[in-house]
Amino acid sequence: MAKANLNREPMAKQDPKTRGKNFNEVALGYSAEQAKAEASRCLQDPKHPCTDGCPVEIDIPGFIKAVLDDNMPEAVRILKDKNSLPGICGRVCPQETQCEQVCSLAKKGAPIAIGRLERYVADWERTNMGALNPGAEPPRPTGKQVAVVGAGPAGLVAAADLAKLGHSVTLFEALHVAGGVLMYGIPEFRLPKEIVQAEVAYVTSLGVKIELDSVVGKVVTLDELLESGYLAIFLGTGAGAPMFMNIPGENLNGIYSANEFLTRVNLMKAYQFPEYDTPVFVGRRVAVIGGGNVTMDSARCALRLGADEVYIIYRRSEVEMPARREEVENAKEEGIQFKLLTNPKRYIGNESGWVVGIECYEMGLGEPDESGRRRPIAKEGSEFIMDVDMVVAALGTRPNPLIAQTTSELKTTKWGTVVADETTGKTMKDKVWAGGDIVTGAATVISAMGAARRAARDIDEYLRS
Amino acid sequence: MFRIIYRETLATKIHLFKIEAPAIARKALAGQFVVIRIDERGERIPLTIADWDGKEGSVTVVFMEVGATTFRLALLKAGDFIADFVGPLGVPSHIDKFGTVVCVAGGVGVAPITPIARALKEKGNKITSILGARNKDLLFWEDKLRSVSHQLIVTTDDGTYGRKGVVTGPLKELLESGEKVDRVIAIGPSIMMKFCAQTTQPFGVKTIVSLNPIMVDGTGMCGCCRVSVGGVTKFTCVDGPDFDGHQVDWDLLLARQRIYLDEEKRSFEQWQAQMGKCS
Repeated sequence: MAKANLNREPMAKQDPKTRGKNFNEVALGYSAEQAKAEASRCLQDPKHPCTDGCPVEIDIPGFIKAVLDDNMPEAVRILKDKNSLPGICGRVCPQETQCEQVCSLAKKGAPIAIGRLERYVADWERTNMGALNPGAEPPRPTGKQVAVVGAGPAGLVAAADLAKLGHSVTLFEALHVAGGVLMYGIPEFRLPKEIVQAEVAYVTSLGVKIELDSVVGKVVTLDELLESGYLAIFLGTGAGAPMFMNIPGENLNGIYSANEFLTRVNLMKAYQFPEYDTPVFVGRRVAVIGGGNVTMDSARCALRLGADEVYIIYRRSEVEMPARREEVENAKEEGIQFKLLTNPKRYIGNESGWVVGIECYEMGLGEPDESGRRRPIAKEGSEFIMDVDMVVAALGTRPNPLIAQTTSELKTTKWGTVVADETTGKTMKDKVWAGGDIVTGAATVISAMGAARRAARDIDEYLRS
Repeated sequence: MFRIIYRETLATKIHLFKIEAPAIARKALAGQFVVIRIDERGERIPLTIADWDGKEGSVTVVFMEVGATTFRLALLKAGDFIADFVGPLGVPSHIDKFGTVVCVAGGVGVAPITPIARALKEKGNKITSILGARNKDLLFWEDKLRSVSHQLIVTTDDGTYGRKGVVTGPLKELLESGEKVDRVIAIGPSIMMKFCAQTTQPFGVKTIVSLNPIMVDGTGMCGCCRVSVGGVTKFTCVDGPDFDGHQVDWDLLLARQRIYLDEEKRSFEQWQAQMGKCS
């Protein structure tokens, strides 16, 4: 066997200074030459650990080989056989903890850049094949109706998989556009909305009917859906309710939840105000509280909207940050300042009710907690004040209780997540499955997609039995 | 897309729209609201449901032109469409047999309070309503509210119609008259609801208000509409909009309603200039 090539092909990005002022995509993708060069490094390990590391079981060596062989339609076919949303996954999956982590070259520190190749194939398809069906034969209709609730990553995948199996699928979405967190949460510069909508269009091309503006639990309950002829329901309503710290001053003007700030900016396009009607207030000195991807997204949006100084306040140290390494690096390159081992104690407001400062604690780290990370502990007497005029609280989210409140028999945990079988997604309520953040609490796009795929398989078995 | 099947101007800059929305019409209850978005460029705003007709499949909303969205909305005609109409949202008003209920409506608040008064009357409550407006030209639905009340008192700030003064005058008199009042419901501008709550507090009469903070999604996702009630943060869209008026932190609500004053003005002026050019 030839000696392994350990030179991972880099992907070009917009210059940090330039990109800090625009909402265009930061990462620019591979050229055809770069993609082939990267594909040529793949060892084509017959044990394909990468496929096993992929929550939706993509035949990774297979599509990489097709890229190398210049057979792009085949690469598309292989990819889409297992993943209906490759343009999205290629951009936002944490490959470094999934397929790339177990790549046969990972031990040598140079795993194949699987995410970048996935993105390359998806983008090639969108430009050259129109992003719709890569010629799969239409399934034989089963005549069975399935309702999918929530058009985020889990709902889109469940709907696509069930439609590919011949079922008649209606996808209910509360917002005015499909995509869920991919539309309202993840910013344009990390995941262009045009790509999300192209992949939503692919899902509808499979025959999925999307009902927008439909808040299930309010306009229709799960029981009413079942009574009206749906034989099974998949719940993929995510974890959309923001959490706060419940500290003094948290409701002052200028303090947003990350959900609100990102929704205004991304979904409602407030970055184009007043061309778009939705406004967003952006301060000069902005603090974003948290350490996850949503924290990075919020901080980088604030920077692009003209803030002079943007701080990330995180109670642990950088090692414990749940955000992807790549996003932390991107944020640093753009000039976001990290205030680590720091935690807000209270917010200080002025006489008209606007935030003007944060009183913070310095934090130390104690013994590991249940998450396995060292527990942050406030140092008494360490309080200091930071002057800020805007705050984004990116403290995590929990499932929205609207559906559970109006559904008998659907068991939930004390965190508000829906109790469902880990493998099949079957809930305690007859004919109802669930998957994604609504079951696990806030997690990744791809894990939601994996859960949706497994649930769709189980729903199909149930409908055919 | 949702079709406007009927529109009517009720008073100066106050309009009624009947929207074709059968699914919402089937489920709507007094006290709930909808979120609307006019078109792709539009913002999402909440409007309280003023009426609904399950048979016709229509939902009625009443709004006053106060900013860009309501200004743009007022330019639409019957037969036109709006992009989004979502609901019914929020917890319905608590309807029960309380005894004597005083319904206080300020300005546009008469629209959402009318179905609540109707439901309460049907439950066997004695309804005394107080309807207030700044002047005669801003008054509407006097007849409608009268038809669902046992007694109606009308006030105008400038005395151009009914009693001169604000709604808290007759409200206080009623409470002082010795007649047992079991519940007060006040819907209108925040400042009016605040003063109603202050008026009833010494008498210990439970006072329900319907809050109207800024919202985005209206389904519990963003937290923009958070208010403090009894020292606890609540989301108006999913925990309300009805709350105990004696527990509401009014100053916080009033401050949060002013977050976008500058932007709202800028957007409104831009649209006025733009539409002015078109006509």
